[in-house]
Amino acid sequence: MAKKGMPELNTSSTADISFMLLIFFLITTSMATDRGLARQLPPPPDPNQKQDDDQNKVKERNVLKIRMNSQDYLMCGDEFISVLQLKDKVKEFIKNVDDNPNWPEKHPANIPLIGEVMVTSKHVISVQNDRGSSYRAYFEVQNEVVRAYNELRDELAKSQFHKKSYAECTKEEQKAIREYYPQKISEAEPKSYGGH
Amino acid sequence: MPAMNTSSLPDLIFSMLFFFMMVTTMREVTLKVQFRAPQGTELEKLEKKSLVTFIYVGAPTKELQKKFGAETRVQLNDKYAEPADVQDYATQARMDMKEEDQPFMTVSLKIDQDTKMGVVTDIKQALRKAYALKINYSATLRQ
Repeated sequence: MAKKGMPELNTSSTADISFMLLIFFLITTSMATDRGLARQLPPPPDPNQKQDDDQNKVKERNVLKIRMNSQDYLMCGDEFISVLQLKDKVKEFIKNVDDNPNWPEKHPANIPLIGEVMVTSKHVISVQNDRGSSYRAYFEVQNEVVRAYNELRDELAKSQFHKKSYAECTKEEQKAIREYYPQKISEAEPKSYGGH
Repeated sequence: MPAMNTSSLPDLIFSMLFFFMMVTTMREVTLKVQFRAPQGTELEKLEKKSLVTFIYVGAPTKELQKKFGAETRVQLNDKYAEPADVQDYATQARMDMKEEDQPFMTVSLKIDQDTKMGVVTDIKQALRKAYALKINYSATLRQ
């Protein structure tokens, strides 16, 4: 029979075939990983529930109202501010170092790993916007508020657990920090504000 | 000249192919709206593509603008839709998921930064009604 054994398979076209596959995948797929700001929406309002339930009422001092009009002007409490100032305002409000009576009330809490401390966990950051505001401005506000929370948590991680950041803490430590600074951003029922 | 030995070329290409297959994800819909995502600093990565439902909002793409105008549109799957349709869409998307995955359903909102909040609010209200409460505002990292 054949002295040289099996004839070799011609593989010169394998490269072309795999090139074609490669190009197909390059076209139909996308490289970019999706990133975004994660948020949680409140459940829909219960029609059976009374509007002014005493239990659901939040004290005036515990709420930081951030409002935006159709021109993207920003109001925090009752002063006009720029979005760059917002983060520090929110941080100041949540921390309430001097126990300011206009800022959220403090009450004692026993948090594992941290111990007996005064926290402002009843605070609420309320964001309200006009239907004419731009999404960019709204997103920036959300981003700044989340940034305020993240910085507060990082600060606590540094002072309490001597870690570089919140992300470096263990699960239990992160839970304690979250209990100390719970993220409470409310998105009020939409309203139409004026503003020209 | 002796011919160059190209027998390892297919292997090289194959390894490139595998690399791309691993790091990229399939594009599921053709975009009918154009959007530029807003920029933020506090972003989280969107894990587990199978749990994510996408909603695109923006002006129609250049070619489609002749037909549909430049008004902001909402895109669900491959079609334009009204903000009112979002509730059914989100409910349907949840029904299509495995039962154990349903509580982790996330809706990724890919919204053009020049969109007016009116549309966004309508979508958010619709999502609340559909109990799709975990949302993610898609954005790019600010350098």
